[in-house]
Amino acid sequence: MRYHTPTSFSDAAAIAAASSGTLRFLAGGTDVLVQMRAGMVQPDDLIDLKHIPGVDRIERTAEGGWKIGIAVPGIVLGGHAELVRDWPGVVEGMNLVGSTQVQGRATLAGNLCNGSPAADSVPGLIAAGATVTVTGPNGSREIPVEAVPAGPGKTNLARGELISAITLPPRGKNGGDAYLRFIPRTEMDIAVVGCAVNLRLDGDKVVEARVALGAVAPTVLLSEACAKAIIGTTLDDAALAALAKAAEGEAKPISDKRGTKEFRIEVAGVLARRAAKIAYDRAKGMKA
Amino acid sequence: MSRIHVTATVNGDPVEFLADPRETLLDALRNHLDLTGTKEGCGTGDCGACSVTVDGTLVCSCLMLAAEANGKRVETIEGMARDGLHPLQRKFIEHAALQCGFCTPGILVAAKALLERNPDPSETEIRYWLAGNLCRCTGYDKIIRAVQDAAAEMRQDHRGAA
Repeated sequence: MRYHTPTSFSDAAAIAAASSGTLRFLAGGTDVLVQMRAGMVQPDDLIDLKHIPGVDRIERTAEGGWKIGIAVPGIVLGGHAELVRDWPGVVEGMNLVGSTQVQGRATLAGNLCNGSPAADSVPGLIAAGATVTVTGPNGSREIPVEAVPAGPGKTNLARGELISAITLPPRGKNGGDAYLRFIPRTEMDIAVVGCAVNLRLDGDKVVEARVALGAVAPTVLLSEACAKAIIGTTLDDAALAALAKAAEGEAKPISDKRGTKEFRIEVAGVLARRAAKIAYDRAKGMKA
Repeated sequence: MSRIHVTATVNGDPVEFLADPRETLLDALRNHLDLTGTKEGCGTGDCGACSVTVDGTLVCSCLMLAAEANGKRVETIEGMARDGLHPLQRKFIEHAALQCGFCTPGILVAAKALLERNPDPSETEIRYWLAGNLCRCTGYDKIIRAVQDAAAEMRQDHRGAA
């Protein structure tokens, strides 16, 4: 195995494009090292991205959003008061991944590129309308987070391409987001179902909403039906019931050892309702 | 296969060694530096027995390559006792917060990292912080009580010194 430490994303992309064997990028390593140890993946080229300047930084964008470096670990996101104030749902999703020790290494970009439909940080990013910069041998392009996962363990990135930054839009006024997941224990588990809701209010009325569901399909889903169920409402009981029904309709889960199809469909509705209420309260400026 | 020259600071001492590119920090600590206090439990980041801090951040040394530690400051269980045992180490003995002891170095390193961030954690905060440190002997209650007692003593000492 060749261990590379490029100092720019274009160099990283060039090394990746030139590699003819098994290739992995290394950010936090909390998935890659486990796969290597298990013998699932034996990289010929391992490209450590942490020597690239800026990958450990969280910066305000000119528009008032956030640019998050691809090697920023969960514990740093959770400790960033301004980011947590703007996007509590995004951060709480990431902070549910693994233990304190894993939080010391694990990254948003890694969680996204690992391609798990149950990735806890991905629904929050999608609901927030986050984008990623994809850098390849022919330059960079900006794509929405929901365009990255292709299925369990697979992404839509081409060979030689990698994520070079994650961008969150400006929070703006009267907005709130939240992420909830169901697990049968209290900590250290993989989501049976996850749901993120991001919304904006005008007075008491929801005027914008994005809802993402995790672990109920081959990829995390962005659900327009769920968003439609609450836009234009005051999130009253009728709207919450419509949201739950929409979430149940969108969920196309499998049955596995962590939950049956029927159970996951029902929980998708419950979590959508609860996450929407938390996001609504946060948009109102109430602590939740 | 070419080896990678790694220089780092471990428990305050400069160290250097040649690492296989696939070698974990855990294996390097144990096999190159003879620091065998850091244990391998699962090797997949689930059990926390290999906990160390790297530049002050608590990590599983099994989930990090030795090459990634180049230029970093690593603290292991061997660096914990300075002038006598650390309060956490004494309280673990007083409260009998261990049986076989295999998980203990990792739990001590993790608990120390917690108390450096938060000198007065609630029981819930301690339990969540240590959720990634598995112990199959004690049932955790004695561990939590030992951490609480050590935290109280360290707060007292801190006030005494101020």
